[in-house]
Amino acid sequence: MRSLVSFMVGALFGLGLLISGMTDTTKVQGWLDIFGNWDPTLAFVMGGAIVPMAVAWWFTQGRKPVLAAQFPKPPEPRIGRNLVIGSTLFGMGWGLAGLCPGPVVASLSFSGIGGLGFFVAMLAGMLLAPYIRSWLDRPAAGVYG
Amino acid sequence: MPMDWVMGLLGGLLIGSAAALYLLVNGRIMGASGIIGGLVDGSARHEWAERGALLAGLFIAPAALAFAMGGSETHLTGNWAVIIAAGLLVGIGTRIANGCTSGHGVCGISRLSLRGIVATVFYIGAGGLTVVIFKHVLGVI
Repeated sequence: MRSLVSFMVGALFGLGLLISGMTDTTKVQGWLDIFGNWDPTLAFVMGGAIVPMAVAWWFTQGRKPVLAAQFPKPPEPRIGRNLVIGSTLFGMGWGLAGLCPGPVVASLSFSGIGGLGFFVAMLAGMLLAPYIRSWLDRPAAGVYG
Repeated sequence: MPMDWVMGLLGGLLIGSAAALYLLVNGRIMGASGIIGGLVDGSARHEWAERGALLAGLFIAPAALAFAMGGSETHLTGNWAVIIAAGLLVGIGTRIANGCTSGHGVCGISRLSLRGIVATVFYIGAGGLTVVIFKHVLGVI
């Protein structure tokens, strides 16, 4: 049952990404290109997505999920080095190609060999990440680094 | 209002509804990088069925709609050095930051999470700077 819901969630997510134009790298790079032909579409997508989700968060108060024991706890509000470094690296890749993890999967059927190459490189990066994270977290960091 | 903005808003509402459904029914955060990454590095192998089903929907539904519309286009660069470098950076960065546009952006900002807001400021800032440098200064993309 949970998997059936997950499938529907993925399907809605993918349709939303395609309809909103977020599988088109020129729209994403157009949003980031503040000195070029700036395209504000992404702000409408983000705004449209945040509204139902904000209602959902409000609705979780004092309730339990339908098919789970509890709602995810809020993360520790600590702004660590990893959050800043990771987000900066992600942003660089996002700007270079105009793709992020959701749209990569949603566009795999029509993004050709380049899209598949990006997907494989992303999976490789995800495999490498734990090693880079432990290097960032090494005890000597901050003293010598 | 340009049609692209209307479609952006409509698509955004679908994305947000998907995230809301995942939260209210399954009690989970809809973060694409976390869902994929947990399967890749094995940290969420016991949830493979649920995560695999979500990724299957994420792949199949837009594939069917794109097919019905007579195809779609990503306009992805043909420069392989850029594709590989960008893919690696997205994979490494989202896992180190524990989230991407959907997890930190949509799910984080909507609960006014400081982490989500800071992450979004940094990835949009870094993305904007990257486009300025690689497009307008170097002319690579």
